[in-house]
Amino acid sequence: MKEILVWAELRDGRLTGVALEIMKKALDLATLSGGRVSAVAIGRECRESAAELVAHGAERVFVVEDARLDLYQADAFTKILCRLIGEIRPGIVLMGGTSVGADLAPAVAARLGTGLTAHCTDLRIEAIEGLDQLVMVVPGWRGNMMVKIVCPEKRPVMATIRPGVMERGRPEPSREGEIVAVSPDIDEKDFRARTLERVRESEESALEQAKIIVSGGFGFYEAGGVALLDQLARALGAVTAGSRPACDAGWVPESRMIGQSGRTVSPDLFISIGASGAPHYTTGFAKSKLIVAIDKNPKAPVFDIADFGVAGDLKEIIPALVEELEAKE
Amino acid sequence: MPLNILVCIKQVPDPEQFDRITLDPATGSINRAGIPPVTNPVDRHAVEEALRIREASGGTVAVLTMGPPQARKCLEDALAMGADRGVLLCDMAFAGADTLATAAVLAAGIRSAGDFDLVLCGNESVDGATGQVPAQLAEALGWPRVTYARKIEIAKEAATALVEREIEEGFLRVEVRLPAVIAVVKRINRYRLPTIFGILEAGKKEIIEVGCAACECAGLVAEAMGLAGSPTRVAGVFQSHRKRHVEMIGGEPKEAARGLIRKLKEMDAL
Repeated sequence: MKEILVWAELRDGRLTGVALEIMKKALDLATLSGGRVSAVAIGRECRESAAELVAHGAERVFVVEDARLDLYQADAFTKILCRLIGEIRPGIVLMGGTSVGADLAPAVAARLGTGLTAHCTDLRIEAIEGLDQLVMVVPGWRGNMMVKIVCPEKRPVMATIRPGVMERGRPEPSREGEIVAVSPDIDEKDFRARTLERVRESEESALEQAKIIVSGGFGFYEAGGVALLDQLARALGAVTAGSRPACDAGWVPESRMIGQSGRTVSPDLFISIGASGAPHYTTGFAKSKLIVAIDKNPKAPVFDIADFGVAGDLKEIIPALVEELEAKE
Repeated sequence: MPLNILVCIKQVPDPEQFDRITLDPATGSINRAGIPPVTNPVDRHAVEEALRIREASGGTVAVLTMGPPQARKCLEDALAMGADRGVLLCDMAFAGADTLATAAVLAAGIRSAGDFDLVLCGNESVDGATGQVPAQLAEALGWPRVTYARKIEIAKEAATALVEREIEEGFLRVEVRLPAVIAVVKRINRYRLPTIFGILEAGKKEIIEVGCAACECAGLVAEAMGLAGSPTRVAGVFQSHRKRHVEMIGGEPKEAARGLIRKLKEMDAL
């Protein structure tokens, strides 16, 4: 486990949030096991990101720059990463579980013939059968259980990390690291699947950056709460989101669905309204600083993971909250 | 140009009943008894997409699954939707597989079942939920891949497909050479339900069984199958402890609202 390699994904030439979240965890693991952290950045222009990765603890950053690699190119990225891993021979490879990482990591693992664990929410080193092993924790059965996965023999051990669940570290400008330029070494054959363009449809990052999120479940919408949710969000300066059933019913866009198959968020304040609190939903916000649950059923499991709870008729409570918030302005 | 399409599907415990899964704290084993098996939800959309491509450009649709004998049921359901034939990968040697070993066996099964221009999958299963198999299957076949597909257009000469691939904040337009593996998301289509006629017809369609020997003939060694071919292991299962100590705020709605806002201000959250 001496060397940990982090694939630091770029979007629009900038590091994704999850890349920095992984850096912190990689650094913690390296400290425990006496190893070091390296990172790899692939894109059109990666120098600034490389410096940022150094400030976040990377001792070496491998930079693969090429205008053809501005957008995600599945074949080319797979080839580059496999070659680098073959040369660096890290014990552990960590990648962000974005929709891109979730495509790239399994292909790389398959080509290397090694094990990969998806969407990890925690990484630890534990002694198992007398050996210190990397234990990868993943939510199983839609979050009803947590499963510990190990990869006893094959190296590197690979894992994708769920965005939004790990804490980001502080950059320290005094840190020093080596930046290594690597030739991409790709040609036409490496574009069997070619990404032609990226089309933007929404600003999803709003959800990750929100300090306050108000999330509606099926019960709330059933009570006619669509407009009410927006009103409450406005009064709080919050961003709206919803549970899987609310999303399936078309009340909330898929991009704002909270939970196991949707987004994981950890705002300062998360307010869940009219959702009973199935594990695959609550897993998406369980790490929020403060959680408020409002539901008609006082025995709903959502109250088990909340700091404050209000049980009662949503059609009365929500307008009262809006009124109270607006009165104070 | 007609296309020969194969769709990989999976039988899973009904996800609506996952909360009935319990953990035996003594043995650490999962109890999922009594939960009925269903076809993995997004896989139906993959079958539907294959049928639509066949309707537009001709060709055939085969469906394939790896699983115990009772997984035949999800093949029958796909045949009733309109698929032409089924392939059941069934052998004790396949049991205990992680995604790498699963992909290896799927690829061998596909090779032994015929020549295909396109393999479709659901983007992920609800039980394992790793979403790793489609990309690993593409690697095992030596084909290119596109995952998270929400729209597929086959070019007239059937040499390429133009795919809209979902990504955070939008989508990527990807052109992929065939043969390829494409994994679809639910929003790609609305799938049809089997008709009575379809169900009757399904009974006449062929389901072939492929075991370990046929996979070996297709070039896969037994050591690469099942548990033996799986680099990862489950080291344990535990119940997630996320409990917080909730403070319930009671009273009339107005009172509760005021009480809650006061608490949040005290916590500096507003």
